[in-house]
Amino acid sequence: MENKGNGRAPVSQKPHKIELPLHPEYIGGSVKVQINEKEIIVPLGTTILEACKKNNIHIPTLCHHDDLCIAGVCRVCVVEIENMRTLQASCAFPITAPIKIKTATPMVRKARKNIIDLLISEHYGECYSCFRNNNCELQSLAKEYGVDHYNFGHVQKPRFKIDNSSYSVVRDMDKCILCKRCVRTCIDLQEVGVLEAIGRGDSTHIGTFFDKQLSDVICINCGQCINRCPTGALRANDPRDEIWRAIDDPKKHVVIQTAPSPRAAIGEEFGLEAGHSMTGELNTALRRIGFDKVFDTNFTADLTIMEEGTELILRLYNALVKSENLNKIPQFTSCSPGWVKYLEHFYPQYIDNLSSAKSPQQMFGTLIKTFYAQEENINPADIVTIAVMPCSAKKFECNRPEMVDSGFKDVDFGLTTRELAQMIKETGIFLPELPKSGFDEPFGEASGAGLIFGATGGVMEAALRTVVELVTGKKVENLFENANITPVRGFEGIRYVELPIEEVGDVPEMYKKYFSNWNWLKGATLKVAVAHGTANAKKVMENIKAGGIFSECHFIEFMGCPGGCIGGGGQPIPTNAEIRAKRAEAIYKEEEGLPIRKSHENPHIAYIYENFLTDGPCGHKSHELLHTKYIKRGEYIA
Amino acid sequence: MKKPKVRNGKILFSEYTLGEGVRKALTLSREDILFEIKDSKLKGRGGAGFPVSTKWMLGAAAIAERKYIICNADEGEPGTFKDRVLLVEYPELVFEGMVIAGYAIGAKFGILYLRGEYEYIRKSLQDFLELMRKENLLGKNILGKEGFDFDIKIHLGSSAYVCGEETALIESLEGHRGEARNRPPYPVNTGFRGMPTSVNNVETLSCVPHIILNGGNWFKNFGTEKSTGTKLFSISGDCEKPDVYEWEWGITIAEMLEKVGAKNTKAVQIGGASGICIPKSQFNRKIAYEDIPTGGSIIIFDKNRDMLKILKNFMEFFVEESCGQCTPCRIGNTKLLEGVKMIENEKYTFAYLDKLKDLGKTMQIASKCGLGQSSPNSFISILENFKDEIFYHENGDANGK
Repeated sequence: MENKGNGRAPVSQKPHKIELPLHPEYIGGSVKVQINEKEIIVPLGTTILEACKKNNIHIPTLCHHDDLCIAGVCRVCVVEIENMRTLQASCAFPITAPIKIKTATPMVRKARKNIIDLLISEHYGECYSCFRNNNCELQSLAKEYGVDHYNFGHVQKPRFKIDNSSYSVVRDMDKCILCKRCVRTCIDLQEVGVLEAIGRGDSTHIGTFFDKQLSDVICINCGQCINRCPTGALRANDPRDEIWRAIDDPKKHVVIQTAPSPRAAIGEEFGLEAGHSMTGELNTALRRIGFDKVFDTNFTADLTIMEEGTELILRLYNALVKSENLNKIPQFTSCSPGWVKYLEHFYPQYIDNLSSAKSPQQMFGTLIKTFYAQEENINPADIVTIAVMPCSAKKFECNRPEMVDSGFKDVDFGLTTRELAQMIKETGIFLPELPKSGFDEPFGEASGAGLIFGATGGVMEAALRTVVELVTGKKVENLFENANITPVRGFEGIRYVELPIEEVGDVPEMYKKYFSNWNWLKGATLKVAVAHGTANAKKVMENIKAGGIFSECHFIEFMGCPGGCIGGGGQPIPTNAEIRAKRAEAIYKEEEGLPIRKSHENPHIAYIYENFLTDGPCGHKSHELLHTKYIKRGEYIA
Repeated sequence: MKKPKVRNGKILFSEYTLGEGVRKALTLSREDILFEIKDSKLKGRGGAGFPVSTKWMLGAAAIAERKYIICNADEGEPGTFKDRVLLVEYPELVFEGMVIAGYAIGAKFGILYLRGEYEYIRKSLQDFLELMRKENLLGKNILGKEGFDFDIKIHLGSSAYVCGEETALIESLEGHRGEARNRPPYPVNTGFRGMPTSVNNVETLSCVPHIILNGGNWFKNFGTEKSTGTKLFSISGDCEKPDVYEWEWGITIAEMLEKVGAKNTKAVQIGGASGICIPKSQFNRKIAYEDIPTGGSIIIFDKNRDMLKILKNFMEFFVEESCGQCTPCRIGNTKLLEGVKMIENEKYTFAYLDKLKDLGKTMQIASKCGLGQSSPNSFISILENFKDEIFYHENGDANGK
């Protein structure tokens, strides 16, 4: 089940198909090359760029990205190889012979400088009016190569209209340098395929199906292209102005909820290494910015587990005992709006498999404008709810027309980690130096199960902790050391786990209206799977279509983004596997120290079921407020 | 089936009977064919001049479930039309060349990638393939040779110049944008659908049946030491007899001009838009891989032509025909064209033009494929060889000296 990028990218964007030898030390497995007079032995098929990286030889790159297949189009990484007439792109050149490479000859330096000058000449706008100022790869390259004026002129007028039709992604093609990272992200990493180069020669540009605006094509809003864009051509649709306006309006009660992933990554925006969790500091910062209340999305993550877990149990009961609605198994998670839209476009026939439970963000929005407004005696019309998310698709989700169950727009604005960092900076706060503080009542602190939603496998782990305890009546710690369900963790693209239910316990009070005992689950094996990134989701879905192993699963966690939410399209730039792993590590580390680590043990959850959602999980009121519907969308245009 | 003799030439335009080449080839072993080709020193006629035997031997040595022979008939270089003549008047040579290549390499599938603008000859080519199938020159167990199956399909291009580049051609065949691939891997290792693929020019393949019939040694009687055989030239421009001619390699430009009745010639563009512009003072140079290599496009300019306009025309062509993927070619050509317009409007500095020439050199070495690597040639050679005319408006004989 390993994730091999079979992808839809043209071969022109793929590297040489030489598989790295298993035993480079054997004869023929390695090759000796000379890089800048130094002899180096590398496994056969290593690219020049990799070989140089391993030996601390710096080569500038632009179209190359660790997560993506190879393009070799920007030509910034060219190097000289002895006896070759032309320079070669080091990112795309596999070493298969004992060649002699030089990485900084006059010819190479001149070529790189010329190429950078060319890119800049067509790059519209000025750095100080760009949101990527100081975090732009083109800017860094210009600095590295000492660009101090426009050698080949500079484009004076915009050529494109900014496309801000999408709730999530804004495209400013005047800043595009045609590195095609977004294209490769969309078609190969995510296998969605919304973006492609259109036109030829000087009219080449990145466009969509018939150059339609982004809101009208099958973009799933995952924003992975934003995270990989080297310049400011792609960004999220930024609601900061409206949010500031709400904060500054004394009549508005502005409430913010923060998801687990932004706090694990926002430090990066303030120059910290990846992997520092800043939960407490962030809470303080949000209050200083002027938000009236700061809530933890993890609370509704716990609620999601209760609703989604109950839904799973009921689906299983209906299928196994009553033989009804067999097609609704396996149940798919629905917290990732990118994944949800992907399914609506590409696998609409499986809409019934999606859990009807809303995502934590939307549950919170509804609760704030109903339960919270009631408890605090505030007119919900005066409440503005904002969600800090690692995600660009959450902006789309809160604008879905069905998300108005409170009678108002449940969540007014989705704010990305990057945009929040910007707001903090505008307030004049240096986040890492702030004192820590907690979350506000009545939702208070949440369980660790909600926190790990941020990493791939987290929803599954949280759900299993609750479902296993509810069904077996035994502590999950008996099965997994320290309640860490490690088989579902990690970064492998697709994970499959079987969990035999050997004994069952007593049915909890809240389920007694559905069934009186768990005997129907005794001796069964719970089959679950986890997939992250829509390319992996596609593999699982195709397997289900073909009646393969995943069609026999009971519950599958899908996340739209590689790595799950910590790798979301609203997270700090840059991203790569190492950074994502560190963010996940920070989340798991913080989680292990929390007093409550299971959703059903969260006392605030018990409180809300006792006082507000009185007919229990998946009860009437829950269905009204916390569950939703999905729609079938087109496969080519939205 | 004999054809009325329309053209005269020593090899390609000589007499040939359908089936001769394949019949002879099938009496030989694969190794013998590769040997004959190697012995003939046949080089690719598309322009790059890669030794055919090297390509074929790599193809023959490759181990794969499928192999492909592709005939590159995407004849798009401005001023070249010799492949069209071969396809219309000598299709047997082209197709038999493909069959022999298939036999030598071990391929069962041939594809003719036909230039979009040549759609009108597709029907006659298809009819010809049908005839060959009837004669068992295509199909299963060709001419009774047990186990040798080969057939040819025709694929129509969509008129992008870059698809003449072999890897872009393969991308186009696979249904993608015509964009050059990273090399290595070369098509002969990883080509069409990831399989070993030999891409050869129409003219190259057309030489093969004659070499097989008469031997590699015979082929070497023509041409020069390093450039064996003959070459087809598409002659156009200011001359009395523009046409396609077959001459031996090593012919000088002056001899060529004499034969086609060109008078008052100021310059000759050799190799089309991506080639170089030769001034009068160099007309004694030879057309051969060792001096001026070419795919065969010869455009003649007499003294009345404006070299700057010619250059502008070429640069406009490249700005439009660049596939747009790599930086040097996409933006570089635009900058060169801007430079030409600056000269035209007399708003240039020599310092900036030097910068552009320097940029041209970067394009030649840093572009991803042959298009960007050769597109600055005419810019550099015309500005260098005709600076008197372009900058000092000294027309006529004073030029190019």
